[in-house]
Amino acid sequence: MAVAFDEMTGQDGTIRPAYKELSSWLGEVRPDVLDYRRREAELLFRRIGITFAVYGEADSQERLIPFDVIPRIISASEWKLLSRGLEQRVKAINAYIKDIYGKRESLRAGIVPEDLVFQNPVFRPEMNGQKVPHDIYVHIAGIDIVRVDSETFYVLEDNVRTPSGVSYMLENREIMLRLFPELFSRHRIAPVENYPDELLATLQSVAPHSAAAEPSVVLLTPGVYNSAYYEHSFLADKLGIELVEGRDLFVKGEEVFMRTTQGPKRVDVIYRRLDDDFLDPLAFRPDSALGVPGIMSAYQAGNVTLANAVGTGIADDKAVYSYMPEIVKFFLGEEPILKNVPTYRCREEKHLTYVLDNIEQLVVKEVHGSGGYGMLIGPTADKATIAAFKSKLKSQPANFIAQPTLALSTCPTCVDAGIAPRHVDLRPFVLTGKDKVRIVPGGLTRVALKAGSLVVNSSQGGGTKDTWVLDS
Amino acid sequence: MRIQISHDTIYQYANPPAGVIQILRMTPRNHDGQYVSAWRIDISADCRVDAQEDSFGNLTHTFSVEGPVSELNVHVEGEVDTDDMHGLVRGAIERFPPALFLRETPLTAPDPAIRDFATAAKASAKADTLSILHALLTAVHAELTFDVDPTHAATTAQESFAIKRGVCQDLTHIFIACARSIGIPARYVSGYFFRNDGVVEQNAGHAWAEAFIEGLGWVGFDAANKISTTDAHLRVAIGLDYLSAAPIRGTRYGGGDEALTVRVHVDQAMRQVQG
Repeated sequence: MAVAFDEMTGQDGTIRPAYKELSSWLGEVRPDVLDYRRREAELLFRRIGITFAVYGEADSQERLIPFDVIPRIISASEWKLLSRGLEQRVKAINAYIKDIYGKRESLRAGIVPEDLVFQNPVFRPEMNGQKVPHDIYVHIAGIDIVRVDSETFYVLEDNVRTPSGVSYMLENREIMLRLFPELFSRHRIAPVENYPDELLATLQSVAPHSAAAEPSVVLLTPGVYNSAYYEHSFLADKLGIELVEGRDLFVKGEEVFMRTTQGPKRVDVIYRRLDDDFLDPLAFRPDSALGVPGIMSAYQAGNVTLANAVGTGIADDKAVYSYMPEIVKFFLGEEPILKNVPTYRCREEKHLTYVLDNIEQLVVKEVHGSGGYGMLIGPTADKATIAAFKSKLKSQPANFIAQPTLALSTCPTCVDAGIAPRHVDLRPFVLTGKDKVRIVPGGLTRVALKAGSLVVNSSQGGGTKDTWVLDS
Repeated sequence: MRIQISHDTIYQYANPPAGVIQILRMTPRNHDGQYVSAWRIDISADCRVDAQEDSFGNLTHTFSVEGPVSELNVHVEGEVDTDDMHGLVRGAIERFPPALFLRETPLTAPDPAIRDFATAAKASAKADTLSILHALLTAVHAELTFDVDPTHAATTAQESFAIKRGVCQDLTHIFIACARSIGIPARYVSGYFFRNDGVVEQNAGHAWAEAFIEGLGWVGFDAANKISTTDAHLRVAIGLDYLSAAPIRGTRYGGGDEALTVRVHVDQAMRQVQG
C-alpha cells in the first residue's frame, strides 16, 4: 500500500497552506499543556454525558467516543468542491428514489438491475406510487467521504436513512472553542453552530400542504435504549422541538397527533430516528412496540411528512452504491463531481472470481451491514478469517461487494507516544428542503486511533475530531 | 356463481382499552370472472372510516375508535358474481412487475428443507412452469395435514413445514416459499371459498397463492384444497404474504385480555331463493 496522503504534510512532507498556523502552533505548545487540555476535554464530554452504546458487546454499556483535540482542516477551495459534489449527489439520490417508487425509468433503462431493487429488503413496496410532500425523500443525508491524495475525494458510503453523528460535530466545536480560544483567534473558521437552525428551517419547509402556517415538528426516537438516544435528545433540545416516542403519538382520521397536557395536538413533520421496520406495526413489523400504529395511513393521505421518507434505504444499500455514478449521469445529465470507490459486485461472476483471487488486497463488505460490522479488511486479516469470508462469498455472493484497500488520508492525532498520523474520514450533513439545499461547512471527522487502522467507526474503536472549514 | 358473504369479527375486551385502530383489507375488486354486485362494511363503534388503496392495489379501510371500548364488531357482507376462469387471473390491478414477488419475507423465507422439497417437486414434473406448479400443489397438499391447533397468524413457512401441520395460511406460505425458491414469482391471496359440501358456516376466511407463469400471467393455486382457483374462490386482497394481505391489522391502546370470535358465512345466493 502506498504511503497515505497526510492532510497536514501532503505526500512530500511540505506543510500545506491550510495547516500553516496549526503546524506552528503544534510546534509552540508544550506537551504537558496539550496533555492537560486533552484530559480537560474528556472531562467535559463526561460531564455533558455524550455517550453511545455498542451493540453486540456483552456489557453493552454506554461509552464515551474518544475525542482528539487536533482539528482536521479543510481549505475554502476544497470545501467548495466538496459541497458542490455533495449537493449534486443528494439531488441525484432524491430523483432516483422518486423514480424507483414512481415511474421506474431507471430500471427500464437498465441503470440499476431490477432484481437488486425488488428483491432488496430495503425496497418498501408500501411506498410504491406514494407521493411524498414536495418530492423530497432524503431531507437529511450523511455522506461519508474519504480522501486519497491532494485532488481525489471518494464517496465511501451514502447514509440516507437515519444518519447520526451530527451532535458530535456540534459538541466537538463547542469544546474546542472552550479549550483552545487562542487557536481559533489565529484562523477564520466557518461556523457550524447554525446547524440546528438550518435543520429546523429544512424540516419546516417540507411540511405537508394541509399543515398550519407554523408547522408542528417533532423528533421521534426509539427511546433511551437506542445507541444514538443522546443525539436525539440533544437535537430536539437544540431545535426547540418535542422529543417523542411512539407511544406519545397516535393516529386519528388520517392525521397524527401528539398527546399533550393541553389535549391532542396535530403533528405535521416528524424527524424520525426510528427505522422503517419499526415505524408502524400495522404496516411493517407487527411486533414493533416503538412505532405509531396507523402512521403510514396518515403518511399515505399526505397529512404528515416523515424525514427521511420511508424506503430511502434503496439508495444507500451497498450494492446500489456501485451504480451511483450512472445514477448521477442518468438523472442530472452531469458527470459526478465526487467519485465512487471502484467497487466489485460479487453478484457478477467475473467480479466474484477477481475478488476471490485478490481478497488479500481488498476490503469486502456485506451489502446490508453498517457500522463496520460484517467487513473484511484483506491486508490485515488472518488466514482463518479470510478462509471464512471466502466460503461466505461463495455461498452468498450477492450479499457482498469488495473494494480496493484505500490509503485513506491521515491527520496528525494525539496518541500515547505524542503526535502521529492517523487515518480519517469525513461525514458532512446535507439538508434538503423545499426551498434549497443547506450544507453546514464541516461535518464529523472520524479517526482510526489504532496505528495503521482504516476502520474509523465509533463502534470499532474510532474517535472524532473537530472539522474546520477555513473561510478564506 | 353468485357468492354471498357475511363475515363478523368480534372483539370482546375484559378491560376495555382506551382506543382501537385497525386497517381492513376486506373489500374485493372487480376483475375478469369476479364482479362485485353489493358490498358493505359496518363497524359497531362510532367512528370515521377512511378508504384508501394500498400499494398492491387492495382497497383498505382505516378507522380508530376512542374508548373505552368493551366490544367491537367488524361486519362485512356482500354478493359477488364469479365465473370459473380455471385459475387464470385477468384484468386485475397490477402495481408491480412479477419480479417483486420473488422476494423473501420473514413469513415465507425457505430453509434447506423447503428448498429441497421444492427442488424434488420440480424434478418430478415436466419442464414447463405450469406442470411444476401443479406438482408443487399436489406435494404441499400431501405433505401437510390440515390442523387448526398448532399454528397461529405469525407462524412462518419454516415452522409449519417442520411440524407438517397447518391451516390454509400456512400451506399457502409454504407453497409461496417453494415457488420463489425455484425462481417462480408467487404471492398471497386472502379471500373466501365456497364449499360444495353444504358447509356454509366457517370460522375463518380462506387463503391461497398465485404464481406467475410466463405467457399465462398469474394463476391461482389453492394448496389446502389441492385445486386451481375456480368460481368458488372470491379474491379479496393480495400481498407478499399474510401480513401484507391480512383482512385486519390492528392494535389497541391498553386494556386486558381480548376474546376474538370470527364467523364467516359463505353461501350461494341462489340457494336461499330456492330454499
